[in-house]
Amino acid sequence: MSPALEVSNLTMDFGGLRALDSIDLTVNHGEIVALIGPNGAGKTTFFNCITGIYNPTAGDMRLVSPEGKAVRINGLKPNQVTENGMARTFQNIRLFQNMTVLENVMIGRHCRLRAGIPGAVFRPPRVRKEESRLIEDSYRMLQKVGLEKYVNEFAKNLPYGAQRRLEIARAMATEPFILLLDEPAAGMNTQETKELDELILRIRNEEGICILLIEHDMKLVMSLSDRIYVVDYGRKIAEGTPGQIKNDPAVIKAYLGEDIDA
Amino acid sequence: MDFGYFFELFLGGLTRGSIYALLALGYTMVYGIIELINFAHGEIYMIGAFTALIVTGVLTLMGWNKIAILILASLAAVVYSSAYGYTAEKIAYKPLRNAPRLSALISAIGVSLFLQNYVLLAQTSDFLPFPNLIPEFEFLKPVEDIVRSSEIVIYATTAVVMVALTILIKFTRIGKAMRATAQDQKMARLVGVDVDRVISITFIIGSATAALGGVLIASHIGQINFYIGFIAGIKAFVAAVLGGIGSMPGAVLGSLVLGWTESFFTGYISSDYEDVFAFIFLVLILIFRPSGILGRKDTDKV
Amino acid sequence: MFNVKELKKSILVSLWFMFLTFPIMVIKVNTIYGKVEWRWYRMALVGVGSFFLSFVWRALLRRKEMGLKKAEEGQEVKVPLTRKLISDKRFNRPALVVVCLFALLFPLVFSLYQVNIMTTALIYVVVGLGLNIVVGLAGLLDLGYVAFYAVGAYSYALLNYHFGLGFWTVLPIGAGLAMLFGILLGFPVLRLRGDYLAIVTLGFGEIIRIILENWNEFSFGPSGIANIPRPGFFGIQMNLHQVHIYIYYLMIGMTVFTIFVVRRLQDSRIGRAWMALREDEVACQAMGIDKTKTKLSAFALGATWAGMGGVVFAAKTTFINPASFTIWESIIILCIVVLGGMGSIVGVICGALVLILLPEYLRAFSEYRMLMFGAALIIMMVFRPGGIISDVRKVYHFEGLKEESKDL
Ligand SMILES: Nc1ncnc2c1ncn2[C@@H]1O[C@H](COP(=O)(O)OP(=O)(O)O)[C@@H](O)[C@H]1O
Ligand SMILES: [Mg+2]
Repeated sequence: MSPALEVSNLTMDFGGLRALDSIDLTVNHGEIVALIGPNGAGKTTFFNCITGIYNPTAGDMRLVSPEGKAVRINGLKPNQVTENGMARTFQNIRLFQNMTVLENVMIGRHCRLRAGIPGAVFRPPRVRKEESRLIEDSYRMLQKVGLEKYVNEFAKNLPYGAQRRLEIARAMATEPFILLLDEPAAGMNTQETKELDELILRIRNEEGICILLIEHDMKLVMSLSDRIYVVDYGRKIAEGTPGQIKNDPAVIKAYLGEDIDA
Repeated sequence: MDFGYFFELFLGGLTRGSIYALLALGYTMVYGIIELINFAHGEIYMIGAFTALIVTGVLTLMGWNKIAILILASLAAVVYSSAYGYTAEKIAYKPLRNAPRLSALISAIGVSLFLQNYVLLAQTSDFLPFPNLIPEFEFLKPVEDIVRSSEIVIYATTAVVMVALTILIKFTRIGKAMRATAQDQKMARLVGVDVDRVISITFIIGSATAALGGVLIASHIGQINFYIGFIAGIKAFVAAVLGGIGSMPGAVLGSLVLGWTESFFTGYISSDYEDVFAFIFLVLILIFRPSGILGRKDTDKV
Repeated sequence: MFNVKELKKSILVSLWFMFLTFPIMVIKVNTIYGKVEWRWYRMALVGVGSFFLSFVWRALLRRKEMGLKKAEEGQEVKVPLTRKLISDKRFNRPALVVVCLFALLFPLVFSLYQVNIMTTALIYVVVGLGLNIVVGLAGLLDLGYVAFYAVGAYSYALLNYHFGLGFWTVLPIGAGLAMLFGILLGFPVLRLRGDYLAIVTLGFGEIIRIILENWNEFSFGPSGIANIPRPGFFGIQMNLHQVHIYIYYLMIGMTVFTIFVVRRLQDSRIGRAWMALREDEVACQAMGIDKTKTKLSAFALGATWAGMGGVVFAAKTTFINPASFTIWESIIILCIVVLGGMGSIVGVICGALVLILLPEYLRAFSEYRMLMFGAALIIMMVFRPGGIISDVRKVYHFEGLKEESKDL
């Protein structure tokens, strides 16, 4: 198995607070990896660091595409990270609320297309073709996540679970080889969670995209992930297969009182 | 170098700076708490000056004595500016608490435009002479041609206000509530802080401070019109940003720096571009050090 | 509705406003003659006015809250009538025809005076649409927009004065110079957060105005530049009447051109990126959009349009001075965009026509123009942040695709 994302020694300080303390983490192509830990452990901060939204205090981060092209992503801007093949969703949904569902997905493809201002104004055949392909592809993407019936709705008018799935569709539209999901099941009911489970598996199996997942729903985490990393107070306290994690004493201590072998 | 002239410019800068400071404190407090650039803050100061002018005019014609007039006029200015500040917050900002930041800023621009034209229409667009309310102190006679007593009063007022506000924020209950609200509104509400009340009080205090500035500068310069608030307000905002917005000592420091820069530049080089400075400062500071001289650098939470 | 509690509230509000406006509305001191004028009738007006307005205000607030609650509970939000009408083909096609006919026949029916006013309004439509790209689409609050307008106007005036260049030559030059300025200013300031950006652009606008006022050798200072030639038409001699009508049609042409460009931009890759930027900067970047480049393109394009408007303005009035380019001019243009509906072309056009024509035709009102603008900004932000006519998004249809891709 070859690595897609390699993070070593990642450290992030906010003033005096050390939110991440030398974290090492690897996601291989074809894997679904989970990052778990109590609230405030630093999981979202980890995502923000590797996607270029925060500038980490120390550490090394690399992306390796399926073709084997490696890029060091330290200091890259968020859009450059995305261009290099890593896309994400947000824990607190950040859709483009006053744009339609389809447009949200179309935005995702932005970095793979070229048309500029002159193209927009004069609309040469090349741009027309690009645009109509974009619309079709975006619609297909919506079908994949089961949102095609909302295609012309404003994003803000979607039910909660659908908004989460739209975030995934939008991220997928950037054509990533690794997808980061920040608590995708938060606020979903059992039925929606089940559909999400299937969707994530499909993304990995059919699209060949590897996934790094932050999630509190242990049932989902245990059933989906190949490997799990556990963080607490910014430190990695355990790493292993779902079976190993379930019985790890450090993990049980961190989650004292919470039900992890659900 | 002519030292006397230098000293004169130094004091002139100190005077300007002190007035900017009285305004900048209000900006910084409001920004610190609800992250709103209160575009209409300068108009509140203008309203204070106008109220004082009106009260002075009426009382002078009734033949009152000067000290009584000074006290009553300042009091009226403070009361009315606070009332306008409070009302503006209730009408134009409170309904926008959860709206995008730019909506509140546009609303504040609306308040500024409205108040300017309200005074213009209800009073006049002409410059009105403002009587010098501050008496000439006997003990200042010897230094009279270096520093006027109105200037001394300006320095003293700014110093007192700054100390009083610092004590208020650091040591009183309401100060604590203000700091809590500034940190995190939601959390403050959860631990029982009446956030709406805190914000109202912040506006009232800021407006009262601005009113003092209005009365002092009007009687120092000797004339006012409906437009004095706009440029003063912008400059005070620049001063607050220069010092590090949200920080009270920063606001005073930034105001003094701006005051001196303007004073020395106009004194030594040219008075044509007096008003450009504030803007150049603003642009440079925001580009190179958005957190200001004394401000902290934050990472926006995502 | 009209229960005792509400009544009490309104009485309190009315008392409060009578107190609040007392010194400034009622008392007027005449220092020269030593007289005080007491204008008590105004207090009565304020009292009665605020009493009734407070009912309206609260009713509107309640309506807004109800709307928000409905949206939160996921209930169907009522589509406003205006939006329905605009997106309905049966309505908008004939409406468009009527508007076009009206615009084309306007100078034949109305007096020269009216034509001139309409031309001014059209200039505002064009710069309003330009600012709409910056504020409405990209969400960048630019309070120094008028500076680019000044760049356009002064380019024409100065290039004509020194080199005798004509209107049509300078039109692209002025637009280009304004764009250049936009890029130069945009580069350093576009990193700033929204509200800081607003203040910095305001600062830039004022710097440019102050320079124009003081640098006499360059700009002729406050006295400005007079006798700027009006636009020519293939060297044909026209009398004053004809020239005004010509400028009117020229502005109609420019308006149509602007609408065409903005419409195409709105539904393009770049236009969508602008809107995404307005909606959420962080998410926008995370979706692979280069924030700086995208902002800069919006800023520069908006500036270009202001520059074009400026050239026409100089050619129409034949006289310019720095007093035409104050911050309040920027704010009037901002009002047009905000009032009409940020991001909506029809909205901006309506906004410009209402804000510019109303004070012209209701002379009694014109004194209160700026007061009303201020109030309008507040009221719009509080009750209808979307503007009178909110943005209509393009609707796509996929009947064909649905079938063929079932099996995917
Ligand atoms: N921008 C920031 N500034 C200061 N502290 C932050 C910032 N972002 C996150 N933190 C802090 O870092 C810690 C980790 O937060 P987070 O990564 O959101 O946790 P998780 O996603 O695991 O629940 C928390 O204590 C949080 O308050
Ligand atoms: Mg989190």
